[in-house]
Amino acid sequence: MALTRRSIHFDLTRADVLASGHVQPDPSLCVQCGICSYNCPLGLDVRDYAWRGAPIFDGQCLTCGQCVARCPRGVLAFARTGMAQQVVPLRPNPKD
Amino acid sequence: MAADYVIVGSGVAGIAAAEALRARAPGASITIVTEDADGFYSRPGLAYYLSGTIPEKQLFLRSQADLRNLGLRWVQARATQIDVVGHRLVLADGRNLTYDKLLIATGARAAAPDCPGGDLDGVFTLDTLGDAKRLVRKANNSDQAVVVGGGITALELAEGLHARGVNVHYLLRGARYWSNVLDAEESHLVEDHLRSDGVELHYHARVRQALGKKGKLIAVETDSGEQISCQILAVAIGTRPHLDLARAAGIKVDRGILTDAYLRTSAPDILAAGDVAQVYDERSGIASLDTLWPTARAHGEAAAATMSGAPAPYQRTAAMNVTLIANIPTTIIGALGSGSDEDLVAIARGDSESWRGAKPAWVIVEQHEVNRVRLMLGERTISGALVMGDQTLSRPLHRLIAAEADISPIRDALLADQHAMPQLIAAFADEWERSHAHNA
Ligand SMILES: Cc1cc2nc3c(=O)[nH]c(=O)nc-3n(C[C@H](O)[C@H](O)[C@H](O)COP(=O)(O)OP(=O)(O)OC[C@H]3O[C@@H](n4cnc5c(N)ncnc54)[C@H](O)[C@@H]3O)c2cc1C
Ligand code: SF4
Ligand code: SF4
Repeated sequence: MALTRRSIHFDLTRADVLASGHVQPDPSLCVQCGICSYNCPLGLDVRDYAWRGAPIFDGQCLTCGQCVARCPRGVLAFARTGMAQQVVPLRPNPKD
Repeated sequence: MAADYVIVGSGVAGIAAAEALRARAPGASITIVTEDADGFYSRPGLAYYLSGTIPEKQLFLRSQADLRNLGLRWVQARATQIDVVGHRLVLADGRNLTYDKLLIATGARAAAPDCPGGDLDGVFTLDTLGDAKRLVRKANNSDQAVVVGGGITALELAEGLHARGVNVHYLLRGARYWSNVLDAEESHLVEDHLRSDGVELHYHARVRQALGKKGKLIAVETDSGEQISCQILAVAIGTRPHLDLARAAGIKVDRGILTDAYLRTSAPDILAAGDVAQVYDERSGIASLDTLWPTARAHGEAAAATMSGAPAPYQRTAAMNVTLIANIPTTIIGALGSGSDEDLVAIARGDSESWRGAKPAWVIVEQHEVNRVRLMLGERTISGALVMGDQTLSRPLHRLIAAEADISPIRDALLADQHAMPQLIAAFADEWERSHAHNA
């Protein structure tokens, strides 16, 4: 159930991110399991970005959110490009 | 003459140190000594390999070419002794390696099963890729497994085996799961999820002995005399640092190898990093053990700085782990529970001793079905938090806890109305980020 709720919300945030966002890793949480890279439809090495703590500014990234959704450690989040501090939460209202 | 660095261990602490050393000292000789034929891979990832989420090859985060490009000398052997005065490392095959600086990054191993029959074929612990491969092979032709232990690894074993189609009995020694970190409510949430997935939970159950036939496990017998037939007994009762090398060399050890904040041990030119190291924290005045991947990496990088002559202290931050516990996203930050857990004889994997340093504090709870936030409130700061389900608050909370932010402006409001807590924290964290943005 949690997953369904998450994916619905995901589609909503995605539209926003496609226009103005990128994937931002937090390396302090990453255990380098490789699930993100394994699920990236374009074969981007998301895990390597996570090791370096580098935002995924690769022009190929579709911001499809597969890596964000599948990371079991909450390492990856969508951030608005140019506003590094502002992280777009998957579900903005914890009470929804 | 270029320096001669020797690193024992090809885990994340050892490899992070090697990469940092190479960046700092392009001409240095760097040798990795490891007994693991599989080299360097994501150890936490083993749980996802076990459950079939990723294939084996995905565990390797560095390719052969990456490692070659680092210009390392790779020695596959067990290190058995250190000649501290002669600056020599002795290997099991009789070879000797001289060093200018030696890093011990030998990690920790799972504590051995503590019941009779623990050596039967079919009894497993999970440390290495080799262990994981053997367990997967066994799971593919087994129908019943018993899992004992606590913490995240025991759950990962239970869920991984279940995902492989094995019927799993999870034995808990006490009344609930991970009682020294989770509160009763949280334990029950996890247990409910496990049960609904089809894992059978047994409470107040201890393994008296593992029973075998011709050396092969056929059942476990519990304290109450009940016999559960099984082909697999998977044990995760905690970890123990590999201390033999250090002990034999007369290096000071406690539960781990004792180091200062620069990762230096009591012996000259010998450092320790990762799960094996018990690192002194200048701020708290305490030396503690962690079994966390990101911490081991940070240790390795700090050790490399010291080894290359540019020491910078390892800065402990509020320990944080995010993981799926029985499929519920869960973040544990800072100091939470207290006391001990019967299911563990030593620190669990993905665990930090600092999570049990909780001082008496107000506990605030906000819960919505599977969404739950628990805060440990000190006089002026938040000392720990547990976020289950919705993870919106985990990053802001980590920032506030790590920075020991003064939360007095909202403390009374937090205590007055628990339901307002998420909004209060979110708004306060936003405001705090804005006013501290220039320091970030
Ligand atoms: C199943 C599992 C789940 C985990 N889950 C998490 C998690 O959720 N979150 C988290 O943060 N961490 C988790 N961890 C812990 C994490 O993997 C460790 O903290 C991390 O790997 C420690 O790195 P290290 O380099 O210190 O030691 P290790 O990775 O243990 O590496 C030690 C190395 O030393 C070698 N070695 C040891 N003794 C000798 C010797 N005498 N001679 C030669 N070589 C030797 C070993 O072969 C190995 O290569 C988990 C671990 C396991 C096994
Ligand atoms: S899935 Fe998450 S934890 Fe695993 S490597 Fe990718 S970012 Fe790191
Ligand atoms: S958002 Fe999609 S395309 Fe971009 S890195 Fe992640 S999985 Fe790959």
